Amino acid sequence: MIKQSQLSADQASSRHTVLAGDYFIQVIKKGQTFRILDLEGNQAADTLFYNAQNPAERYSAMDTIREQGNIYLSAGTTLLSNECNPMLEIVADTCGRHDTIGGACATESNTVRYSLEKKCMHACRDSWMLAVAEHEEYGIGKRDITHNINFFMNVPVTSDGLLTFEDGISDAGKYVEMKAAMDVIVLISNCPQLNNPCNAYNPTPVEVLIWNEGN
Amino acid sequence: MSDEILYEDTIPGGAHWSMLMRAGTCLKLIDKHGGANVGMLFYNPSNTLERYNAPDTLKCQHTFKLSRGNCLYSDMGRIFCSIINDSVGWHDTVAANSTKSIVEQKWGQHNYQDFKNDWYLNGHDSFLVELAKYGMNERDMAANLNLFSKVAADDNGNMSYVEANSKAGDSIELRFEMDTLVLFHTCPHPMNTATEYPKCPVSYQIRKSAAVADDDYCKNFREENQRGFKNTDLYNIGCGCKS
Repeated sequence: MIKQSQLSADQASSRHTVLAGDYFIQVIKKGQTFRILDLEGNQAADTLFYNAQNPAERYSAMDTIREQGNIYLSAGTTLLSNECNPMLEIVADTCGRHDTIGGACATESNTVRYSLEKKCMHACRDSWMLAVAEHEEYGIGKRDITHNINFFMNVPVTSDGLLTFEDGISDAGKYVEMKAAMDVIVLISNCPQLNNPCNAYNPTPVEVLIWNEGN
Repeated sequence: MSDEILYEDTIPGGAHWSMLMRAGTCLKLIDKHGGANVGMLFYNPSNTLERYNAPDTLKCQHTFKLSRGNCLYSDMGRIFCSIINDSVGWHDTVAANSTKSIVEQKWGQHNYQDFKNDWYLNGHDSFLVELAKYGMNERDMAANLNLFSKVAADDNGNMSYVEANSKAGDSIELRFEMDTLVLFHTCPHPMNTATEYPKCPVSYQIRKSAAVADDDYCKNFREENQRGFKNTDLYNIGCGCKS
């Protein structure tokens, strides 16, 4: 569902540009709103969330889609944890549909999807491994790296059970915005994928904006 | 494949178990009465950080459902097992588990004190028990398989649970391509619409598998699976797990 935000970028408490191939990790406090802005269009922001007080509780793709009865995420979706607690609500979305069943690219899965020779090309899960190695303070390790959201990616499922990869429906300037229902650690890999036509083989930067409650 | 059954057993409905399957063996699961659900997770027993990955499995085979020909992948680009036989046609891997709260809302509370073996177990807690036996906990719980159950999505993404997907006597057979720790439960699918808590027993049989031929159906089902087999071969050379 398309829903515009009422928030102004001028009022944001912080703004961060995340280059393709980099990660972003930070705590978003309960009541804060954060936006991921697709600066140049059809860029995948592979995103995970953890309860900042207890990272064993984390975003659960499968519980989220089952409880809302729909496989796509958009404005109105409540992102649930593996304990089925609300973590964030998507409060604005100008893209309209985001994937959460396609997972993140990994060097190993790239060998399967594309070619064995691609094994050393950069991938989202390598960015996450570096993030958890460089940020031990969050208490997250490889076992916590699970099924993510692919913001801005379009992965339609057909009624006869096929999974298709369509051209993106995002564009430069489109965004998705979430309000935190608990203190959460957000971990984003701005996808470095060079083998997928969904981003026209051209990974680009995204921007993260954060607003304090009351703006 | 050898016809000789090395081991067979039946797990009652609403229960859980776990076991190690060696590369080169097959596990056939049989829905005894129809309407069964088998929640299942896979781990590499020598490094449990390597585990079944549902998104990788679906994405690399461009599928939302699982059936004969599909391979079930780890997060390391390797194949735990291949679905070599399937009389059902659609198995779910996106709806996760029933929880204590889901079971209570649908079917009421049946605790052990009052109901003994007729208590109502849920899939989530069943996996927690089996995970703990191997030093793991909820942090290690990935999206599971729901064998015998069908969840479809329409063009708008709306999900629906399809009743009577599996009939009495239906079966699925998994051929293990690498050593795999298998955790499973027979608790109801979280979207099951039955009015009574379904207790559907599942039998299983273990056999030795024949060598995987070059023209193997699963290996050639998609080009991606050929590469998955290559990755798995390299692993098996490294660990000496398969001759």
